[in-house]
Amino acid sequence: MTNIMEAENVKLSYGDFEALHGITLAFPAKKLTALIGPSGCGKSTFLRCLNRMNDDIDNIKISGKILLENKDIYRTHLDLVALRKKVGMVFQQPTPFPFSVFDNVAYGLRVAGVKDKDLIEQRVIESLKQAAIWEETKDSLQRNALAFSGGQQQRICIARALAVRPEVVLLDEPTSALDPISSSEIEETLMGLKKKYTFIMVTHNLQQASRVSDQVAFLMNGELIEAGSTEQMFLSPEKEITSNYLNGRFG
Amino acid sequence: MAKKEQDLQEVVEQAIAQQKVPHVKFKGINPRNIDIARLTKPSKETRQERWGKGLTALAIVLIGLLIVAIIGFVGMHGLATFFTDKVNIFQFLFSTDWNPGAGPKHVGAAAMIVTSFAVTLLAAMIATPFAIAVALFMTEYESGKRANLLQSVMELLVGIPSVVYGFLGLTVIVPAVRTIFGGTGFGILTATLILFVMVLPTITSLTVDAFKAVPKELRKSSAALGATRWQTIFHVVLRAARARIMTAIIFGMARAFGEALAVQMAIGNAVLMPYNLVSPAATLTSQLTSQMGNTVMGTLPNNALWSLALLLLIMSLVFNFLVHLIGKKS
Repeated sequence: MTNIMEAENVKLSYGDFEALHGITLAFPAKKLTALIGPSGCGKSTFLRCLNRMNDDIDNIKISGKILLENKDIYRTHLDLVALRKKVGMVFQQPTPFPFSVFDNVAYGLRVAGVKDKDLIEQRVIESLKQAAIWEETKDSLQRNALAFSGGQQQRICIARALAVRPEVVLLDEPTSALDPISSSEIEETLMGLKKKYTFIMVTHNLQQASRVSDQVAFLMNGELIEAGSTEQMFLSPEKEITSNYLNGRFG
Repeated sequence: MAKKEQDLQEVVEQAIAQQKVPHVKFKGINPRNIDIARLTKPSKETRQERWGKGLTALAIVLIGLLIVAIIGFVGMHGLATFFTDKVNIFQFLFSTDWNPGAGPKHVGAAAMIVTSFAVTLLAAMIATPFAIAVALFMTEYESGKRANLLQSVMELLVGIPSVVYGFLGLTVIVPAVRTIFGGTGFGILTATLILFVMVLPTITSLTVDAFKAVPKELRKSSAALGATRWQTIFHVVLRAARARIMTAIIFGMARAFGEALAVQMAIGNAVLMPYNLVSPAATLTSQLTSQMGNTVMGTLPNNALWSLALLLLIMSLVFNFLVHLIGKKS
């Protein structure tokens, strides 16, 4: 199994406060890794390091290495724009832009300077199909994306992230703002996409992690407590604290 | 009232006699301890509530009456031109012959209407790009001390009385226009340049609000898709804020359209159809301010001025209606 991304001793601090105390974790390609842990444990912060979304915050200091295909994303000449084409992201709240579904999904390609209309159209359709939202949008591609339901909007956002053909897609609690039916639709979508893309997902929902993930990493207080295959983590975790968390004794 | 209290007391006694009320053993809680007199009267909070409602309703009624009175008064005098003095409304709107003293055949406001719209549109056209640029700087590029400083400067610009703007225009812009373009220096161009400074803060601060109302998540999503900051601003922020920016421009235009003093000091006050931007002209407001002392109440020249006032009032209603329409559509 090859690792597409690797974090080595990643530390992050805001001013004097250290939020991540050295996290080392590898992400296997074409698998879904779930980052779990109690609120405020740093899992979202860590996720945002992986596509450098934390860079804009004042007083932030990040050390350690994050390798994408064996190149350190913080120290190579790979610029932010290029990095984010390789590492896409879907947020907690569905965030469609206030224009048509087509323009939403085409956005990443267009800002990357793709002018070929046929290619854009083909990619948009393909991505909508991959995100399992094609059937619901094929007759209304020119409709404003905000006119769709929350779950549909989130799948449009997934399609939008996929349209630039990223290597890795980061998911920051992608279903926590959705109702159970929409959530399960998103989960199904992810299950279908795992063969093609690498996903790294932050989730509060342990059942969801057990259903969709291949690897689970448990973080607490800015430290990686334990990581392993989903089966092993849920059935026989090595540390007691992990077992306590997974069995709902705290968190 | 006393009768009602007695009745209630009886009901309580009966209920106790029939053992419908459980005898709770807690201290002080006992059906016989119920203060019926207090329960049957409105509480202090209820009275406060009524007072509050009453006071606000009164204020609304008074202000409503005031508004109706203003519209009624302006309407009555403004329409007298057409009903009492028999001025043709089409002539009023489309004729450029303005000499109400000479009789009802010479009441044409077209020159002023055109000039009013010209200064308003030109001022908005010049101010909008600057307003958007300043607002973008304040929200997208700089949000700390420097943005606050700019905010204060903008508030200061709003606070400067219009007569000061007019005086400045008269002293600085009029000679400058005269030197560069020839003529007297009075005219639409001069008025536009003054109005540009006057509407800039209005449009800017509303545009800042428009950008602030665009969710941060949209910017992040755009960045996460590999867009540069400029691409994000251009394709997402501006697009999401479009309706609110339109509203900002219309508010600015309403201010420009209604501004009287500063315009009157700079435009030259000649009721002529403007044939270029540097020839003396007059707007609805400038004509109103400069002539209102020169007419006798009830005469045609006076009624004609009221018609100009009515037109200004209607235009401000139109501006408000447009704002409303845009708000509804988005």
